[in-house]
Order: sequence, then structure tokens, then C-alpha cells
Amino acid sequence: MEEVKDINNTATAGYLDMDLLRFSTAGSVDDGKSTLIGRLMYDTKSIFQDQMDAMEESSRNRGDEHVNLALLTDGLKAEREQGITIDVAYRYFATPKRKFIIADTPGHIQYTRNMVTGASTANLAIILIDARKGVIEQTKRHSFIASLLQIKHIVVCINKMDLVDYSEEVFNQIQKDFLSFDAKLEIPDIRFIPISALNGDNVVDKSTNMDWYKGPSLLWTLENVQVASDRNFIDSRMPVQWVIRPQSDKYHDFRGYAGLISGGIFRKGEEVTVLPSGFTSKIKSISTMDGELKEAFPPMSVTIQLEDEIDISRGDMLAKPNNQPTVGQDIELMVCWLNINPLKLGGKYLIKHTTNEAKCIIKDVKYKVNVNTLEKNEEDKSISANDIGRITIKTARPLLYDSYRKNRNTGSLIIIDEFTHETVGAGMII
Amino acid sequence: MGSYNLSHLEQLESEAIYIFREVAAQFEKPVILFSGGKDSITMVHLAQKAFWPAKIPFPLLHIDTGHNFPEAIEFRDNLAKKYNVKLDVGLVQDSIDRGTAKEEKGLNPSRNTLQSITLLEKLEEGKYDAAFGGGRRDEEKARAKERFFSHRDDFGQWDPKNQRSELWNLYNGMKAPGESFRIFPISNWTEMDVWQYIKKEKIELPSIYFSHERNVVNRNGVLIAESPYNTLLEGEKYEKQIIRYRTLGCMTITGAVNSDADTLDKIIEEVAAARQTERGNRADDKRSEAAMEDRKRQGYF
Repeated sequence: MEEVKDINNTATAGYLDMDLLRFSTAGSVDDGKSTLIGRLMYDTKSIFQDQMDAMEESSRNRGDEHVNLALLTDGLKAEREQGITIDVAYRYFATPKRKFIIADTPGHIQYTRNMVTGASTANLAIILIDARKGVIEQTKRHSFIASLLQIKHIVVCINKMDLVDYSEEVFNQIQKDFLSFDAKLEIPDIRFIPISALNGDNVVDKSTNMDWYKGPSLLWTLENVQVASDRNFIDSRMPVQWVIRPQSDKYHDFRGYAGLISGGIFRKGEEVTVLPSGFTSKIKSISTMDGELKEAFPPMSVTIQLEDEIDISRGDMLAKPNNQPTVGQDIELMVCWLNINPLKLGGKYLIKHTTNEAKCIIKDVKYKVNVNTLEKNEEDKSISANDIGRITIKTARPLLYDSYRKNRNTGSLIIIDEFTHETVGAGMII
Repeated sequence: MGSYNLSHLEQLESEAIYIFREVAAQFEKPVILFSGGKDSITMVHLAQKAFWPAKIPFPLLHIDTGHNFPEAIEFRDNLAKKYNVKLDVGLVQDSIDRGTAKEEKGLNPSRNTLQSITLLEKLEEGKYDAAFGGGRRDEEKARAKERFFSHRDDFGQWDPKNQRSELWNLYNGMKAPGESFRIFPISNWTEMDVWQYIKKEKIELPSIYFSHERNVVNRNGVLIAESPYNTLLEGEKYEKQIIRYRTLGCMTITGAVNSDADTLDKIIEEVAAARQTERGNRADDKRSEAAMEDRKRQGYF
């Protein structure tokens, strides 16, 4: 208690209670994405004076008229030289309510893989639309990726409202257009906010230029959207990462299974089933360095001891007797290809899934998705870099999995080239 | 209870613990790069939590430029004892003596870039295939695109344009013989997160992070401490000032800040109000816009 009181006296009251929101942004050079991120960071005092100085100097050297906020996110030499973002950049800012992690990704089609990467850990996606242009191919692509990656919350920011006279009609039309194509996607929570990133309208504070808009500002939305309930608290899963056996007298009998809770709730005393062996035991303790816990839930990293001595190793999974993952070798998934060498039908690859690894063979390509129109192409089945398609694989040994829709952790996998060891594909199990 | 929600510090802690365990499982001989600074001290604390009640299954490796704050060296030795871990020290001086590194010319040579040489030599000598670093993505723009598992070729070099995609929490540590990885478990932490976590967990720090009196010289706006490794230039003189350090590096390049923050709470307040990033006082980053990226490509932390 003393500690809490103490903290309240500092300039950062409430810091220990803050929660975390990870969101992704995608956009290209001219749609104001960098300006928006720059503004969020600047207005929450997350850009420091020396960063600002460095940016001003670089902007001057490049002959830019205004301070180019893109220089803040474009960290690599090649990016600055070419004036483009080529990779996912992670940025951080905080308000007294929340800490935010932005996965900032480029918007062009040749960077689809970066968008997928950024979206894979996001709770929310910001989609930027230029009010003058309305819904374009890029908008559809970004929305499709957000929906494919099962991001539950999308905030559509209709930007550059200052350039369309803050027109309510323009805003309404774009909203209507978006919703009409969006019907094909499954995104439970979509919000629309008219903004001007350049002038700050509705970014941090409510704009006085758009009285017709009754909703909150973007920052308020980011601070208040509820994401905790998006986690799966029903299907209990803990992939075993590591077995802890201390070589000390005091903990001579300690045998703990360490891992990240990937779904559901595990409670002391409850029955668990260990897969793939199928043995059942009870939870003896949930141990952490700070003491024992009564229960553990996602995304906690814990160490679980069981009542019975069972042979358990990395790659095994703890679940509940009446709720277990699928065990199988023939797996159907959506894949986003990440590598310049195309997917080889019939080719062998390695996959990483939870804490497991297995060899696999690509059995079939069902179709390729046109990421701009969302149409399925069953004729052209070549999957190259930045392509998204539906495939089936056969693994050399059974995986313990759920559908990606049900669980992002036990439903995702990466495909690795056996020879170059590069991560070549990202898979979402259907 | 009732609400199944973790605070942001709890989430960051869990993520870091997950990384430590993945590395233990995926690599043969990992090592924790220990600089003596608050980030690496925090890393050791997190490693302890990841494997408790077993001891940390990796040694510590300190690359010692020979220009360290004595307080930091003393702290380092005590810390290795406290956690009961092996401490491996790589001396930059040894590399210089061997002729593999060459001291910079000039009056106040920095051994900062030489550290990369000694580091690579030690990693090879120890056959370490994964090295944990306390780098954070908020520190510097070249770090913002760094991966948790950062692949290095057999020359220890980083190729920023050819990094492996990192999706979900699936980390690919596969490599050919001779290649290695740098691992950054606290990538997603900010300076403020680290300070708050240090307070929450009551982590001990070297005394020089707290306000004290010290002789310093103001060189181009950077306050450099009096030490045997620093030679005064013409017209310079040392002055007693009330200062503390926001980062710990070599005495020759780490700038102090004027501060009377002598408790964690005061430091946290100071960080919250700060208008400079913590590396703003690092002369090594000021050399050019891509200074950090260039050093990282060559094998720097």
C-alpha cells in the first residue's frame, strides 16, 4: 500500500495501473500517416527535444519545407535516402491511462508482408483514408489484412478533412462506401473519426471545426477501447516452453513447467490434461518468484507444478480434460508469403507452431486472394512474396492447434526455409 | 481480482520472460551482455524471474573498455555473486595488445567502437551463439527496427534490410554454424517503463544513477567526469557540480546531467519532465545521423 501512495505523489500518478494497447498503422507517403503518428507522439510529449532538433536539421538538409515527421520513424539509412518506410517500425507513447505500442508499417502492396507482421501483434488497427480520395484499393487491402489477422477493433480515420471544408457529406459518403465493401470482412468493432492530422482536428482534442461529429477524438478512442476481453479466457492452453528443475537442496523436488498462458484460466487444484500423452493430473502450484498464484490467465508467463510425475517436455501442451486442442497433421491455413523465393508446391519446409517444430510438405494451394478486390483466384495458384492464399500442409508429426479465429497463439504458425533458415511464410490455421 | 487484466508493466515483464525461456530452449550457449547499466541490471532480474527457483542458466559477459566508472565495476562484481552466475569479462585492452583493435588517435580517444571488436572476439572464443542485450527500440531510431531475435552473419554483422519477419510470439532462432543472434528481451520497454519497473521490483542500482557531487568538465555541452582517462583541452577546467547519470557507458563519453534527484521517485519525476532522450548525452551517437546504425551493422550491441 505504501508503494501505491508514494507513486501518487510523483508526476506519473497511476503509472503502475496503466494498461497496454498495441495498434498498427498502415499507409503510404502522402496520406498523412507519419504526420498523424508524429502528432500523437508530439502532443503526448513522447518526442524529445533532441529528436525534434535532429529532425529539424535533417529536414533542412533535405530541403523539406516543414519538419518532416516521417524522419522520426524512418530509422534506416536506406529509408531516409529513398524517402520510404521499408520495414515495420515500433514506436511508443503513453498517456496517464495507457501505454501504446505502434507497429508502423508501409502501405504499398509490395509491403503486404510488413503489414501482416505489424498486424500480428496488434489489438487495434488504424486505417487512414484521404478525404479527397475516399475508399481506394489500399483501404481495402489494409482492411482485409486487419480482418485476416483477426484484429477486433478498427478505427477508420478520414484524414485531411480541412481540405474538404470539414464536410459532413464527404465523411458520410466515405463511411457508407467503407461499410458496403466491409460487409465481406469480419470485424466486430469499426469506428469512424473525421480528422486533420496536420491541424490536429479530433486527434487529441475534439475539433471545433466539425460540430456535426458527435463522437470522441482519436486519442480518447485509443485510451478507452476495451481490449482485455478480446483475449480467449475459455479454452485453456499452455504450451510448455521449458522445464524448470533447480539443482539445489531447497528445491530438490521442484519440477515446474514454464510457459505463457495462451488461452483460458488455469487454477490451482484444477485438473489438466497433458498433450500429446493425454495423461491427466492436478495443478499443485502456480509458482512465480513473487509467490504462488491462485490462477493464471493470458498473457502471463508462469511455472506450473503438477501433482503427478508425468514425462513432459517442450512442445507439449497443458489443456483441460473437457476442452482440448485439435491434434492433427493435415492442416489447412491462410498463408501470407514473406520471401522473394515463391512457395514451392510439394516443397518441404520447417514450421514453428507454439513451442513446437515440425517438418511439413505443401500439399495444395486452393486459391490466391487478390488483396485489392478480395476476390479468390483459383486459376493462378503461384504464391510469391506478399501474396496471400489458402493452402494445405501435412506435418511430419501431429500439431496441437486451434483455429486462428479461436486463438491467435495456438492458431498461428511460421514457415521456415530449411536451407536459408529464413522465415518465409506466416500461417493462420482455418 | 475478478478483472483478468495485466498492467502494461506486467505484460512487458511476461513478454521478456517468454523471450528468455525461448532462448534457453532454442540456443546452445547463450550469454547475457552486461554493461553495468540499469537496462542490463533489469535484464538480469528478468532472467532470474524466468527460471526461478532455478538459477539463471547463462553467464554474464562484460566488455570492459577499461574506462569504466569504478562504482559500476564494483556493482557488477557484487551482482554476479548475488545471482550466483559466472561473469566473463572481455578487456578491450587485450584486443589492443593483441593488435586486433587500434586505439583512436587524438587526445581523448574513445574506446566505444573498439568494444565491438572485443565483443565479437569474446563471443567467438566462448562459442556463444546468442547474446542478450538490453537495447530498447525507443532509444535510437536504428533500434526502432531491431528484432527481438536479431540475426548476425558469421562476421557478427547486422543486415537491417534483410531481417527476418517476426510475427505473433513465434521467434525463429535457426542459423547456420558460425552465425549467431543478438536477443533484445526489453525491446518494447521505454526509459520510463524501466524506471517504473525498477521501483516496482525494488531493483538495486549503482550509486552514480543518483544525484551526487563530482568534478566534471563541460565539453561541447556534454559534462564529462574527471578521470585518469580524460585529458583537459586548452582552456578547460574541472568544476564541482551536482549531477547524476541517466545512462552508464565509458567515463570518457558518458555525459552527466545536473540533477538533485537522489531517490527513485525524484528520478522518475525527472524522466517524466525530461525534454531530452537519455542518449542525448551520449557523444558517441552525435557523430552522425546513422552513427548507431553503422556501429550496429559492424557488430555493436
